[in-house]
Amino acid sequence: MEYFIQQLINGISVGSIYALIALGYTMVYGIIKLINFAHGDVFMVGSFIGLFSARYLASAGLPPVLVLIISLIFSMTISALLGITIERFAYKPLRKSTRIAALITAIGVSFLLEYTGVLVLGPQAQGFPDILAKKQFQLFGTSIQVESNQVMILITTIILMIILQYIVRYTKTGKAMRAVSFDMEAARLMGINVDRTISATFAIGSALAAAAGVIFGMTYNSVDPLMGVMPGLKAFVAAVLGGIGSIPGALVGGLLLGTVETEISSLGYSSWRDGVAFAVLILILIFKPSGLFGKNVREKV
Amino acid sequence: MKKINQKFWLGIIVALALYGIVQVLLTTGVLDDVQRSMLLLICVNVMLAVSLNLINGITGQFSIGHAGFMSVGAYTSAILTLDYDVPFILAILAGGILAAICGVLIGIPTLRLNGDYLAIATLGFGEIIRIILLNTEYVGGASGLSGIPAKSTWTIMFFFMLITVVLINNFIRSTHGRACLAIRENEIAAEAMGINTTLYKVIAFTLGALFAGMAGGLSAHTFYVITPGSFNFLKSFEILVMVVLGGLGSTAGSIVGAVFVTLLYTYLRDFPEWRMIIYSIVLILMMIFRPGGLLGSTKFSLKKLGKKEAKANGGISDSSAS
Repeated sequence: MEYFIQQLINGISVGSIYALIALGYTMVYGIIKLINFAHGDVFMVGSFIGLFSARYLASAGLPPVLVLIISLIFSMTISALLGITIERFAYKPLRKSTRIAALITAIGVSFLLEYTGVLVLGPQAQGFPDILAKKQFQLFGTSIQVESNQVMILITTIILMIILQYIVRYTKTGKAMRAVSFDMEAARLMGINVDRTISATFAIGSALAAAAGVIFGMTYNSVDPLMGVMPGLKAFVAAVLGGIGSIPGALVGGLLLGTVETEISSLGYSSWRDGVAFAVLILILIFKPSGLFGKNVREKV
Repeated sequence: MKKINQKFWLGIIVALALYGIVQVLLTTGVLDDVQRSMLLLICVNVMLAVSLNLINGITGQFSIGHAGFMSVGAYTSAILTLDYDVPFILAILAGGILAAICGVLIGIPTLRLNGDYLAIATLGFGEIIRIILLNTEYVGGASGLSGIPAKSTWTIMFFFMLITVVLINNFIRSTHGRACLAIRENEIAAEAMGINTTLYKVIAFTLGALFAGMAGGLSAHTFYVITPGSFNFLKSFEILVMVVLGGLGSTAGSIVGAVFVTLLYTYLRDFPEWRMIIYSIVLILMMIFRPGGLLGSTKFSLKKLGKKEAKANGGISDSSAS
C-alpha cells in the first residue's frame, strides 16, 4: 500500500508536467481548432532557456530560490514571445485554409524547432544544474518519501493554475478568449480583436509549457533538443483524455495519465509505458472522443 | 476511352524503356553502388508515397502512421525468409497482406474519427506497433533483425513499383476511386449520394497498408537490417513530406516528391539535421504558398512520369521545374 502511495506521489509530479503542457494544447485547440504539434518543442526551448539562465544566475551567486523564480519567469517570457512568433508567421497565413494544411504546418514547425536545436546545441543531452538542494521528507512516520523537488513542482503548478484561472475568468483578455473560442465570427463582430486574442492564447500556452520545461529539467537533470517529442505527444493524450478545449480537463487528464504511467512502470513494465499512453488515447478516441470533461459538438452541415 | 488506353500503353512502354536503360547502365557498371542503392530506395519511397497519397490525398483521411504498416511488412517478410526459407516474392506478398490485415483492424475503429483526431489515432497506432516490436524478444527487440538476405534487385524493385503505381492509379480512376474522391470533397454529401463512406475509407486504408507493407518488405531485403527505431514517427513524417511536396491527391506528384526526397536524403546523408530543417521549411512554405503541391492536382500520366524520372535519374535534382 505504501509502495502504491509512493508511486501515486511520483505520478502526480510527472502528471503536473503533462498537465502544464496539456493546457497549452487545449487552449490553442479550443480557440483555433489546431493541434499545435510544435507545442512540445516550445516546452523544449523553455527548458533550455531555463537551463542557460539558471547557469548564469547561479554563477552570479544569487540565492537558489531567486535563481529558480527568475529563470522561470525569464524562460516563460521568451517562450511566450516564441509562441506568438510561431503563430504570427506559420499559422496566421493559414487561418482560412484547410485544417489539414494547418496540421501539416504545425508538424513542420515542430521539426524545424527540434532540428534547429540539434544544429545549434548539438544532439547530446546537457545536465541541468541543481538549483534547489534536494531533500527527502518522510511522510507521517511511514516509509513514503517526498522529495523537495516534488513539493516544488506541486507548488509551482498550483500557483500557475490559480493565475491561469484568474486570467481566463476575470480579465478582459480571458473573456475575449472564451468568446473567440465560442464563436470567432460573432466575437469579431462584437469588436473583439481576434488576432490579438489568439496571440494571447499562444503566449499563455507557451509560457505554461516553458514552466513545465524548467520543472522537467530540474526533475530529470537532463535536457536535449528532442526531449519535447514524447512529453508533447503525451500531453496531447492528456488533453484528449480530459476533453480537448477544457482547462480543468487538461489538468485532470495530465494528472491521470502521469499516475497511470508511473504505476505501469512500477509494476515492471516500464518499456511499455509509452505504448500505454497511446492505447489510452485510442480507447478514449473510440469510446468517448469528447473526453472526460468535453462537450459533445454536433457536426453542422 | 481509347485515348486513355493509348496513353496508358505509351506510359508503360516509356517506363519499360526507362527500366531497360537503367538495367544496361547497372550491368555495364556506369552507375556505382551508391547510385544503385539510391535507385532501389527511390522505388521503395515511390511505393510508400503513392500508397499514402491514396489515403491522405485521394480519400482525404489524414494518416500519419504509415511507417507502422511498413514495419509490419518488413518484419513479416524478414522473418519468413530468415526463419522459414519462404521464397522471396511470396514473403513480400505475405508481408503486404499482414500489413493490410492490420490496416483493416486499425481502420475500422479509427476511421470513424475525422481530421485531427484520425491523425493522432494513426500516429498512436504507429507508435504502438513500434513499441510492440521493441518489446518482442523474438524479433530482436531494440537491436532488430539483421542478416536479412539482400534479395531485392533493380528488376524486382522496379516491377513492384510499376505494379503499385498502375494498380493504385487504376483504382483511383475506377468507380471506387471516384467514391473515395467524393469522400474527400465532402463526406456528408458523399454519404447522401449513397456512398458507403466507412467501407470506402477502410478500402483505401487497407490498400494503402498493403502496398506500404510490401514496400517495407522490399526495403528490409535491400538494406539487410531492420530495427524498430527505423520505423518511428520520423519515417512517417518523411513519407508525408513526399506526398505533400508533390501535391496531395496527385499520384505523379507523389512520385516526384519521393524522387526528390530520396535525392535529398542521399546527398545530405552527412548532414542529417540540415536535411530535417530543409524538410520542415519546405513543408511550412509549401502549405503557406502552394498548398496544392509542386504539381498541384496534375492528373497522373505515365508518359510525363517517364520523362520526369528519366530527368531525375540523369542526375538533375531540380524536380521543382515541373
